[in-house]
Amino acid sequence: MSFLTRIFGQPHSADLAKERLQLVLAHDRMNIPPATLNALKDEIITVISHHVDIDRANVQVEVARSAEGNRLVMNIPVLGLRAAREAKATAARSARGRKTR
Amino acid sequence: MAGRVITITSGKGGVGKTTATANIGVALARRGKRVACLDADIGLRNLDVVLGLENRIVYDLVDVVEGRARLRQALIKDKRLPDLCLLPAAQTRDKTAVKEAQMLKLVEDLKKDFDFILVDSPAGIEVGFKNAIAPADEVIIVTTPEVSAVRDADRIIGLVEAAEKPAPRLIINRLRPAMVKRGDMLDTKDVLEVLAVELIGIVPEDEGIITSTNKGQPAAFDDRSPAGGAFTRIGQRLLGEDVPFMVFDDSSGLFDRVSKFLKR
Ligand SMILES: Nc1ncnc2c1ncn2[C@@H]1O[C@H](COP(=O)(O)OP(=O)(O)OP(=O)(O)O)[C@@H](O)[C@H]1O
Ligand SMILES: [Mg+2]
Repeated sequence: MSFLTRIFGQPHSADLAKERLQLVLAHDRMNIPPATLNALKDEIITVISHHVDIDRANVQVEVARSAEGNRLVMNIPVLGLRAAREAKATAARSARGRKTR
Repeated sequence: MAGRVITITSGKGGVGKTTATANIGVALARRGKRVACLDADIGLRNLDVVLGLENRIVYDLVDVVEGRARLRQALIKDKRLPDLCLLPAAQTRDKTAVKEAQMLKLVEDLKKDFDFILVDSPAGIEVGFKNAIAPADEVIIVTTPEVSAVRDADRIIGLVEAAEKPAPRLIINRLRPAMVKRGDMLDTKDVLEVLAVELIGIVPEDEGIITSTNKGQPAAFDDRSPAGGAFTRIGQRLLGEDVPFMVFDDSSGLFDRVSKFLKR
């Protein structure tokens, strides 16, 4: 989404068009139903979030065409390393003398 | 030297294939190339009216493949441009009237006498499309900057690749600079990014296309016409000239600028 979109909150219709195109082409190119692609997307997000914190709302899925064939491309904004945050949290908790689960 | 066969096609109908075929034909013929425009849209012919040659049709493509007329008899020479010819489609038959092998043979014969054979394909992915693609050395896909047209173009790109043709090139037609500018129309960059094909031209939305079609005088005859100029540059690119892509700017009409992202 564009810079303007973030400021004014109203997405430009061209941005929406591009997003919708990328998703619809992902279905068309992989020849799998939208529901399956969504499930795939959700599972990948789940696995990745075991290790890093991600910005789920802004995950982008695309099937890119190239000379070598189709490539599934996911763009996943990372907020931070989960392990590092947990370690910090654990340290804080044990400092307060509480047990973690 | 045998002529180059270029098929102009699209997934979605009405995006400008016939307009592009006629105008590129005029552009190439104006540069002294011998051009045959072949209307492969059997049952829905239109290239004749866009070129303004409809009153001179005696025989058509189906008459030729079925042996009622010789190729020379069916070809209509454009009086304005002696290097430009039209082979019209049949209007009263349907797409199944021609077999792929017949199409290949016909185009093979045309190659001997012309530098370019431009094939105006019907929309869709059925037999008419397949017949139009079969003889192609090169494929040009036309799309408008809209979700549905781009999506269908993607499907066609896949089919062209499956037919083992070289990678198709893209015309983005009916671009409206003012809408792109305010973020309400897909930009060239967006379309190229999702389709991952090479661009051969951007043609703006232009009333001149409608008036020129009314008259049967393709816009590419007129150097001042925005769309005509765009088709002329497509012709030049087909001839291997390195012509910069126009950036259309609504405030000042048109101005030339080489845009980096379009250079590949
Ligand atoms: N750049 C343009 N500016 C304005 N009008 C245009 C432009 N290009 C095409 N048109 C108009 O759009 C309509 C469809 O164009 P055209 O017949 O060339 O499309 P097509 O792809 O050949 O259609 P079909 O799939 O039915 O064969 C026509 O009325 C034409 O005048
Ligand atoms: Mg047409």
